Amino acid sequence: MTTNRIVESDQMSQESGSDEEQPWIQEYCMMFGHEYFVEVSNEFIEDDFNLTGLSSIVPFYREALDMILDYQPDYQIKSESLPIIHHSAELLYGLIHARYILTKPGLQAMAGKYEKAVFGTCLRVHCEGMYLLPIGRYDQVGIETVRLYCPSCNDIYLPSSSKYLHIDGAFFGTSFAILFVNMFNEIQRRVNLIPKQIFDLKLFGFKINKIAPSGPRMKWLRQYPTNSAEEEELQRCKFEIPTLETESETDVKMGSD
Amino acid sequence: MDKDDSGSDYTEYWIDWFLGMKGNEYFCDIDPEYIRDRLTTLIDIITDVSVIDDSLPEKKRREIEDDCKFLYSLIHSRYILTIKGLSQMYEKYTDSDFGYCPREFCRLQPLLPVGLSDIPNLSTVKLYCPNCEDIYNPKSVRHSRLDGAFFGTSFPAMFFQTYPELIPTHSLNIYTPKMFGFHVHQSAQLTRWRLFQREKQMKELESQDIDIGTSTPGGYK
Repeated sequence: MTTNRIVESDQMSQESGSDEEQPWIQEYCMMFGHEYFVEVSNEFIEDDFNLTGLSSIVPFYREALDMILDYQPDYQIKSESLPIIHHSAELLYGLIHARYILTKPGLQAMAGKYEKAVFGTCLRVHCEGMYLLPIGRYDQVGIETVRLYCPSCNDIYLPSSSKYLHIDGAFFGTSFAILFVNMFNEIQRRVNLIPKQIFDLKLFGFKINKIAPSGPRMKWLRQYPTNSAEEEELQRCKFEIPTLETESETDVKMGSD
Repeated sequence: MDKDDSGSDYTEYWIDWFLGMKGNEYFCDIDPEYIRDRLTTLIDIITDVSVIDDSLPEKKRREIEDDCKFLYSLIHSRYILTIKGLSQMYEKYTDSDFGYCPREFCRLQPLLPVGLSDIPNLSTVKLYCPNCEDIYNPKSVRHSRLDGAFFGTSFPAMFFQTYPELIPTHSLNIYTPKMFGFHVHQSAQLTRWRLFQREKQMKELESQDIDIGTSTPGGYK
């Protein structure tokens, strides 16, 4: 399914290479630095239900929508407002994009990109080159640019190239990456194959004492339960963080010593 | 008789003395000409005392050049552990020459190079982030081909022993994945457990009267 789509769009781009007019969406997605975007189908945009609420966020909504869909407007656009409409179209497309990639065809289109590692790989050594997914920390526009989510370490990273640092995170949204991981079991299977290792900084082969300022202070960040006591602890974390009762017990013990 | 006595001060040559020592029976006698040729040539080239002989065949010249690079890199891994080397790396670190941590919550923390092994040809160089205390691959391919042994496993630890004021205050922020506003159960459980480990560690440090405040190197913020 996904590969078919990719092939289709490839053919389309080859064919239209000779034509002077390229559909707006296709042109936008092929621009430098827009590699993360998939092409949203016209049917999705034409369904008003999918655009609910966007008209109040995007200025020049009607004009922007017509631009995205390549409709010839029956009204006059002033040349000085064209840059604003251009900007509005990009904003509107991004917001539609965030909704589209949560649908089945959208997820599949993104899967085509994911398989080719278009979003890059996790630089963390112990993630062993896990493929990343685009994510926004906010669904509101204009707060933060796009970040990349690693399904292996469950953490978010900055894109390695600055060309992605102008793309709004809201164009991908907070939920997409997590939904994607839940949709495609292969990802979890791949994650399970990665050995759960953490890095220990050593000096001439010796670990550094916990008490030292340079000692391990962030081990918890990547930690996994390694023994049965810790597994049991993990079970207690099912619904809440357990309170530190053990600490007062050891206090009593130390006091009696 | 005296001359044959192993370990005696009367042996004429250092190599003979070395080879005569008990336990060194496996070594063979290296032709002094070879040592003089090889190493001094390399050292002379590195220190610009001489240049690679142009009359040598192309293949040989390239071989010597590769040897020079290798020798320099091996010396480098030792030099950066000395006071002088550390202060030079200090400059590079404060200029962020080794790049920044890609992790969002590390907020562009400068990185330090580290090797996973002190033996050459085993693994490439990695970058250590003192904020999340994790290691990352270099972003660009030209750096990811460097041998990790040219920096060594001990360098970051040595660096922060020498410059403890450079240890960052660790950011406590973590990413909690949400789908349509709800926490994801499985990862949330692991995250809670990790936060529990963190709490335990902080309590333990506090019980030993160690300052882990927001303004202390190695503290939390």
